[in-house]
Amino acid sequence: MKRFLATVLVLLFGRLRRRPRLERERIVGTNPPDSRAQMLVFWLFLAAAVCGVAFPVVYAVNAIPHQTQFLGLSLGLCLAFIALACMVMSRSLVPVEEIEEDYPPSSHPEEQEKVEQIVDESGDRITRRRLFVVGLGAAGTALGVALLTPLASLGPVFDVSSFFRTPWRRGVRLVGEDGSAFRAADIEEGTFYTAFPEHADREQMGAPLVIVRLPVGELRLPPERKGWAPDGILAYSKICTHAGCAIALYRKPTFAPTEPRPALVCPCHYSTFDPSRAGKVIFGPAGRPLPQLPLLIDRRGELRAAGNFSGAVGPSWWGVRNRQPRS
Amino acid sequence: MRKAALAAAVVLLVLPGRAAGDPPRGGIVHVPLKPGETPVEHGYQLYAGNCSTCHGSRGEGITHKRAIRGASDQTGLGPRLVGVGALAADFYLRTGYMPLAQAHAQPRRSRVLFSDRELRDLIAYVASLGPGPAIPTPHPERGSVADGLKLFTDHCAGCHQIVAEGGYVTGAFVPPIKDDSPVQVAEAVRTGPYVMPKFSKKQISDANLDSIIRYIDYAKHPRDAGGWAIGHIGPVPEGLVAWFIAALAIVAACVAIGERNKS
Repeated sequence: MKRFLATVLVLLFGRLRRRPRLERERIVGTNPPDSRAQMLVFWLFLAAAVCGVAFPVVYAVNAIPHQTQFLGLSLGLCLAFIALACMVMSRSLVPVEEIEEDYPPSSHPEEQEKVEQIVDESGDRITRRRLFVVGLGAAGTALGVALLTPLASLGPVFDVSSFFRTPWRRGVRLVGEDGSAFRAADIEEGTFYTAFPEHADREQMGAPLVIVRLPVGELRLPPERKGWAPDGILAYSKICTHAGCAIALYRKPTFAPTEPRPALVCPCHYSTFDPSRAGKVIFGPAGRPLPQLPLLIDRRGELRAAGNFSGAVGPSWWGVRNRQPRS
Repeated sequence: MRKAALAAAVVLLVLPGRAAGDPPRGGIVHVPLKPGETPVEHGYQLYAGNCSTCHGSRGEGITHKRAIRGASDQTGLGPRLVGVGALAADFYLRTGYMPLAQAHAQPRRSRVLFSDRELRDLIAYVASLGPGPAIPTPHPERGSVADGLKLFTDHCAGCHQIVAEGGYVTGAFVPPIKDDSPVQVAEAVRTGPYVMPKFSKKQISDANLDSIIRYIDYAKHPRDAGGWAIGHIGPVPEGLVAWFIAALAIVAACVAIGERNKS
């Protein structure tokens, strides 16, 4: 134990003992000691220490108002004081010297020439240069392809079929967030509902629907969508065709003659779709209409899908308009 | 003279322009209460003087499909009020949404120009036009702020913004909700004023509505643990501050530190 303590003491303090300094000629010119700058640096470090200590104190005392701000302030000031101290040190205490040195003249010009000659002559055995260039090119290209191959794992580049798969097909029942079925009679005008396919993954892009009811006389659906909106109940994909946000806004007039038309609006970039005109874009960055889901009312008065969407669901990308969604 | 003109210009710039949706200035017809008159009768007098131009002489509405002669492109003036009940009348009148100077303007919150007595009688008259919903009585003290935040995010924040500051939807201005009383919030949710959708009790139960109102009350003074709220209007002003103030300060500090001594 005694020896251990002695060792620790020697290790701790032995180093502090001054070694006799050899009297040598100075390289850095003598500057008068700047005691003001030294004291300033010391005080700055002390200030930094005080600020640093303040952090745990503020952290511990919950009664302090604006605790978050004081936490940031203490840490920020601590760093600022350390930075200031470093700046003062570098400016006032560390001597600055600029040295420029010329490139040394080449000392052995003949030898350099000789080396170049050797390099030139060493290539004499290679007579078919083009063969080498082709071989190296092929190897380099292959290596590049090999390195890029893992990019294929980032997503379906060629197989985009999963983008077109939706859980909807004829007969799938519409359910609300709580899993209860939608009765057609319960769908009111002037409001909107979110629906999902029964017994299906709700996280899929093609799952969520937005449902609105409009007076049948106001619908302007194309003739091929006749019967898609029984009793004026319309279902559209809830995913905006621009960037894939949820269509969370429904603008409905209280008094149609003096107010804007009904519209489904995406809150991200204000793409605005007209539910009475088959989801046509009437404002905003979306490039294609909102996909519509044909509906039917079953014998119990509940809403069911009558097929799949009118177009691909989700944000737009290359080739999105060319194919139809599958169940 | 030039100073006066400048001052006038500044005043014009600073004062919010009188929106077309403000009530007609001084155009309110106040009808004195005659002895022995019931509230509904008095309300009808007020209705005839202030509302019938657009809503029709008996609340049937003026809903022409054809253009009204001499009114250029107007195709209707006001909706039918039969069956809207005391709920809608109380909301539109006590927020100052009605009366409206121009039928096509969006109603906005403005000074209520009727006395409380006149309001009560008018609401009683509109309620007497046909059976309709009564004025709701929310109990925000029974709600929970946490549930309210979630419900508000789901149903309201898309338009009204997460701390109820309001904003815009294509074609309409979205009002902030912070000046509304709990009753007015409940009325707005059930009736869906202007282009706002209405929400039935199936969509938002009364208990959930209590939580939403409780959250709106909290959102009037949210806990800004992060510090400077910058108007609570989200990431755009926050980004501006980060880029144009904080980033500039950092660059300036770097330049100051890196400057060479001129000795």
